[in-house]
Amino acid sequence: QWVLVEMVQAFYEAPAYHLILEGILILWIIRLLFSKTYKLQERSDLTLKEKEELIEEWQPEPLVPPVPKDHPALNYNIVSGPPTHIITVNGKECINFASFNFLGLLNNEKVKSAAQASLKKYGVGTCGPRGFYGTFDVHLELEERLAKFMRTEEAIIYSYGFATIASAIPAYSKRGDIVFVDEAACFAIQKGLQASRSNIKLFKHNDMADLERLLKEQETEDQKNPRKARVTRRFIVVEGLYMNTGDICPLPELIKLKYKYKVRIFLEESLSFGVLGEHGRGITEHFGINIDDIDLISANMENSLASIGGFCCGRSFIIDHQRLSGQGYCFSASLPPLLAAAAIEALNIMEDNPDIFQTLRAKCERIHKALQGISGLKVVGESFSPALHLQLEESCGSRENDVKLLKRVVDYCMNSGIALTQAHYLEKEEKCLPPPSIRVVITVEQTEQELDKAASLLKEAAQSVLN
Amino acid sequence: INHIVHNGGLYKRPFNEAFEETPMLVAVLTYVGYGVLTLFGYLRDFMRQWKIEKCQNATEREEQKDFVPLYQDFENFYNRNLYMRIRDSWNRPVCSVPGAKVDMMERVSHDYNWTFTYTGRVIKDIINMGSYNYLGFAQNAGACQEAAAKVLSQYGAGVCSTRQEMGNLDKHEELEKLVARFLGVESAMTYGMGFATNSMNIPALVGKGCLILSDELNHASLVLGARLSGATIRIFKHNNMQSLEKLLKDAIVHGQPRTRRPWKKILILVEGIYSMEGSIVRLPEVIALKKKYKSYLYVDEAHSIGALGPGGRGVVEYFGLSPEDVDVMMGTFTKSFGAAGGYIGGKKELIDYLRTYSHSAAYATSMSPPVVEQIITSMKCIMGEDGTTVGEARVQQLAENTRYFRRRLKEMGFIIYGNEDSPVVPLMLYMPAKIGAFGREMLKRNIGVVVVGFPATPIIESRARFCLSAAHTKEMLDTALKEINEVGDLLQVKYSRRRLVPLLDRPFDETTYEETED
Repeated sequence: QWVLVEMVQAFYEAPAYHLILEGILILWIIRLLFSKTYKLQERSDLTLKEKEELIEEWQPEPLVPPVPKDHPALNYNIVSGPPTHIITVNGKECINFASFNFLGLLNNEKVKSAAQASLKKYGVGTCGPRGFYGTFDVHLELEERLAKFMRTEEAIIYSYGFATIASAIPAYSKRGDIVFVDEAACFAIQKGLQASRSNIKLFKHNDMADLERLLKEQETEDQKNPRKARVTRRFIVVEGLYMNTGDICPLPELIKLKYKYKVRIFLEESLSFGVLGEHGRGITEHFGINIDDIDLISANMENSLASIGGFCCGRSFIIDHQRLSGQGYCFSASLPPLLAAAAIEALNIMEDNPDIFQTLRAKCERIHKALQGISGLKVVGESFSPALHLQLEESCGSRENDVKLLKRVVDYCMNSGIALTQAHYLEKEEKCLPPPSIRVVITVEQTEQELDKAASLLKEAAQSVLN
Repeated sequence: INHIVHNGGLYKRPFNEAFEETPMLVAVLTYVGYGVLTLFGYLRDFMRQWKIEKCQNATEREEQKDFVPLYQDFENFYNRNLYMRIRDSWNRPVCSVPGAKVDMMERVSHDYNWTFTYTGRVIKDIINMGSYNYLGFAQNAGACQEAAAKVLSQYGAGVCSTRQEMGNLDKHEELEKLVARFLGVESAMTYGMGFATNSMNIPALVGKGCLILSDELNHASLVLGARLSGATIRIFKHNNMQSLEKLLKDAIVHGQPRTRRPWKKILILVEGIYSMEGSIVRLPEVIALKKKYKSYLYVDEAHSIGALGPGGRGVVEYFGLSPEDVDVMMGTFTKSFGAAGGYIGGKKELIDYLRTYSHSAAYATSMSPPVVEQIITSMKCIMGEDGTTVGEARVQQLAENTRYFRRRLKEMGFIIYGNEDSPVVPLMLYMPAKIGAFGREMLKRNIGVVVVGFPATPIIESRARFCLSAAHTKEMLDTALKEINEVGDLLQVKYSRRRLVPLLDRPFDETTYEETED
């Protein structure tokens, strides 16, 4: 007889409770098969008393560690009065070689009167972010003027120079995107990159071969995973004139690399805006490059324009995005109108007097030449860069001692009437810490005698301190 | 949910906060509204893709069309289809001082908000309920403006250097001493931007191996600062002390997540007044918890400095506590002082540490001198050191305005969130279409309000937010209330189901205020 027929017969003949029990067992098996694996919960086996003991015993670190009294960054120089060409530092009157007032607009009467007019009309603060009644007609005017000056479609203003590039980068580059950045990039760029959570690839300072190597490596990676490569954005972030080393980035080669490897370029022009180029438009004018080739130019208005804040300019396609996703733009109060008016007037002066840029560059060349040959100190920076560094030719062993030695040079100069400063960095936070240096800033207001005096004083100081 | 705590041990004054629940029908209709908008959004995107409708976005360059696209299509879906429809409620251009009344440039759009043109007309004397002008120091005449003008002509507008290099002016030192005195702390340090104060100093205070407990509704600057620091972040429910205590207990008992090492330190981040909810932090309870569990407290008083407390000294004075209990007191000068910038106050070791290791001191330009002078003058005015009682009068006026405005709105039947004493008054609208409608109707009646929707608030809880000011007179408030009443009836936003019994109809005078003060 067939086994199947027997089974079916047995099925019909079985008592009811038997069938029900079997049914329940089958359903239970199905449930166990499909239920999730049982996770052990984070159950602590500590009793209440033990927990209270742990809470009693725990001792946190102090909120901040104590700072030694002689830390070089703790005691600030006190400047009484305006930080203009002649500056009173710690009670001594000196010639100012330390403020980034490249075009001398800090003390300009026209700029001040434009700011005064704005103060009379609007008061000081804007009392709101741009989205909520904080957009004033001066802001709109400044944005238009900046866009026209730089010959781009649109510009956007921030109320703080540091926040400009630090908010612009995370607005475009997100987790999973790749950013190639120069080693000598300034701290604001580093913070922007950290906030963006993208993959950062550092290339050696101004070394295009190193950058090309990284780009090629990325290309081979892409070929392994083309689907991912199609959605990973790539950016190169460079500065026009580097703050940390005073040299210029090779923009024409970068443009070639841009089109070859399909990477977008973000250019940070804080030092080169209002310095390089025939009309002061920055490094793109210096090299004669079409401004549309650069995706985003960001600069702060605190150097050449002698105001506060920063701006980004570029095509509307790119800039408009920051109006809703730039953190420093949406969640922060807008720039006080008097500072915007000061910036507009400074732009007017820049447009009306295009020869000041040539004058500034000539002065930079002069002092660059004059500072060559100081025993013990070497000049770091391009000959036309208005902010150069003087580093020790040979270090005395530790960074602390180098800093102390340079401080003695700076003090010698300050006592004799030239105000200088060391370049300050946060030693533990920087990715690639530059060596300690004295920062020398050249402005249009300094006369040739003053430049010569500064050079000879530095020679003297180096002689007496370093030998 | 209505919390009223009367003199219960820690609280010296009644703490009255209310967040009425969303009515069920309204929630459903709101979701339906968003659903309809999303459908239409997809339809319009489809039409734009197939060129049936003209695409008005800016587009990528021809030479760069084969680059990886800069924006994902979906990211901008909300922008293109929902935000763009009511975009005229934001970024309204102002052309006068942002005081109690403001002038606005009229702008029209002929292509449904894709582009705006200015007609050239100026709408004058709009009652300003949107600017953060709590004590009315946004003035273009008066003692503050004159002092700022003098300093501007002496010092210029910019500084061109960082604090640690050549940018530390004597004005900055003066300001810092004054701020320390104002807050009642040992010393203080100031920065050029309020947002940057948080995002650049929290990383200097905590790092890897530390724990940050942050409120659910903290501001973007606190969130960014916490992220940049590299510490572990845990979030507790908004103003909920049980949630905070549970997190603290768990943190100390269990230690760091996998290694079980003890935490180096625990920092609690809260705000004085939360600007979207209008709620005030439960500071006495937070301080009690902080002491019990040996953690550190960071209070961001962006909105509460100058606006709370009988002397305008902020949320610490409002609760009658000692400033020594708060480890880091942070605030901004933008709201109550009519200037720009931020400060941190605390013990001398803390400030010395920040002077050396804060990112802002080493790399960012210092504050502009006329702005510094404005803060000095307004702060002296609030403290009464300029010889007048103007400051005190303004603080009292703000408190009166707050109570009056909130009470009248509740009587009318709107749902108002937040604490009774907070000058930030959110009025719930819920539905997306009403956001745009409320903003436009109020502007037609010459009142400027702020409306907020997603993503600043949860998706169904869109609201209109009023910021009261000491510069608002009772007539202005009455006009505004009348118009809000009209618009509320027109748009049917009077959702409140608990009708408050209106107080006896007596004129609002000095004695009325003194009764409710302790």
